[in-house]
Amino acid sequence: MTTISNETAVGDDVDTLQSHPTPGLPVTATVAKPKGKNRITKWLPPLIVFLAIVVVWYLISLFVLNPALRFLLPLPQDIIMKGFIDPLSFNALIVALWQTVIVSMLGLAIAIVIGVAWAVAMSQAKWIERSLFPYAVILQCIPILALVPLIGFWFGYEFQSRVLVCVMIALFPMVNNTLFGLQSVDKGHKELFKLQDASRTTTLLKLSFPAALPAIFAGMRISAGLAVVGAIVGDQFFRRGTPGLGILISNYSSRLQGEQLFATIITAALFGVVIFWLFGLLGRRAVGKWYDFN
Amino acid sequence: MTLTSPAPRATHSTPTDTLLDFRDVEMTFPDGTIALQGVDLVVKRGEFVTVVGPSGCGKSTLLRIASGLEHASHGTAELGTDRIGYVFQDATLLPWRTVTDNVELLAELHGEKKKARAEKAAEAIELVGLKGFEKHLPRALSGGMKMRASLARSLTLDPELFLFDEPFGALDEITRERLNDELIRLFNAKNFAGLFITHSVSEAVYMSTKVVVMSGRPGKIVETFDVPFPQPRDPEIRFTPEYAALVGEVSHALRKGHGHS
Repeated sequence: MTTISNETAVGDDVDTLQSHPTPGLPVTATVAKPKGKNRITKWLPPLIVFLAIVVVWYLISLFVLNPALRFLLPLPQDIIMKGFIDPLSFNALIVALWQTVIVSMLGLAIAIVIGVAWAVAMSQAKWIERSLFPYAVILQCIPILALVPLIGFWFGYEFQSRVLVCVMIALFPMVNNTLFGLQSVDKGHKELFKLQDASRTTTLLKLSFPAALPAIFAGMRISAGLAVVGAIVGDQFFRRGTPGLGILISNYSSRLQGEQLFATIITAALFGVVIFWLFGLLGRRAVGKWYDFN
Repeated sequence: MTLTSPAPRATHSTPTDTLLDFRDVEMTFPDGTIALQGVDLVVKRGEFVTVVGPSGCGKSTLLRIASGLEHASHGTAELGTDRIGYVFQDATLLPWRTVTDNVELLAELHGEKKKARAEKAAEAIELVGLKGFEKHLPRALSGGMKMRASLARSLTLDPELFLFDEPFGALDEITRERLNDELIRLFNAKNFAGLFITHSVSEAVYMSTKVVVMSGRPGKIVETFDVPFPQPRDPEIRFTPEYAALVGEVSHALRKGHGHS
């Protein structure tokens, strides 16, 4: 190969690329991260809302509720002392949380595998999509609670039934998002592969699947949140075996243990938030370099 | 590395001077639109043929038939080589791949070994002047650089026939002129034959050895001009009266053809 002089080769780009990155170094998006003052303006408003909620909470708990009914809204410090720090409550909480983590994450993992496989199958031919998509929609439309007794009959009232509820509740966003991602592959990219006679498998692995990753990760985040809901809901119906957060919640509420009940609900909520954040982070890690995943 | 596609396209393995031979090609779309009609077009080794025509005259369809992405409804389109490069209107780089990985893609699809395709990619990247940007993702590149990467990707096929579908249409004037010069240099260095689609008459006259003017729908060839200026082109010819005269003639033919529709 003869090399043409490339003195003027990058000439056209010097003016268009003002913030010329160092050649050879990987370039990431150059959006400035919020720092110092920015960070304060970012966190201050929600913090103020939080403090306002706590103040209203105290007011209701102290001045509105009859002390005999205080279990309806216990004082925050009582929730912390009796619900979280008390060794008995703490142990029960940790065991239940761990159980919920296992159930929801296992359910999520199964939903991801089935959902992606389902969508990949549908993306391979229109007739497969026509055959299978209605069932994904039906799965989404069946009120899951209506199926719960049947799941109990078939699979018992323990671990596997709880996982199954998580799978069913988390499946549709995976199917739908993956299919959407696979089907929105750029036409030019498809033709590029077609021109090289790329096989179906090669096109799937090197084009459609990577192109669908942002949508897959977006679906994963939605499904992760739903899997947590599924684990709590499953707990309320399938009560055998090691209790999860859901069983703990119904136990505490039936015993009117307001402090422990609130501590458990807060734990469940925090777990949901952490999962949402974690899968957002995972998505940004996986595709953030080339896609604005938020 | 073959572009398989059903007839009416045939591929010869023996080297011939005619790399592309369209005979009486007609293209009718399912909705009844006639995109091309009675197109006779030959591209020979050493030629850089540019097709100009109004929007929607079937210029792009011409390339799609030549590449095998579509098949003519009537007539024959024969290729004299199976080494064909195709540069799209968009750079069509995979956004998750670095410049190097994008340039390696075609060789990768043909199952070449890592080392061989890395060498090809490095060579092509140097040839288009993207050295130093190997690790960059497409989003960090300007429009012109993306087109260079796209060009490099096709160059790894070492094409004998290069098809260009308005590749510089979305670029600003200065970038476009620079890339025109780059392409002419590549054409002279690599000895491929080119079929270039554009709607810019000055770009057509400046780059090619032959300019083909098409009319509006249905797309027909209304006139063909031989461009007498020597290759490689001197950028200064843009300021000569001969160049201006030829641009004028081509523009006139284009307007006449447009009036037909």
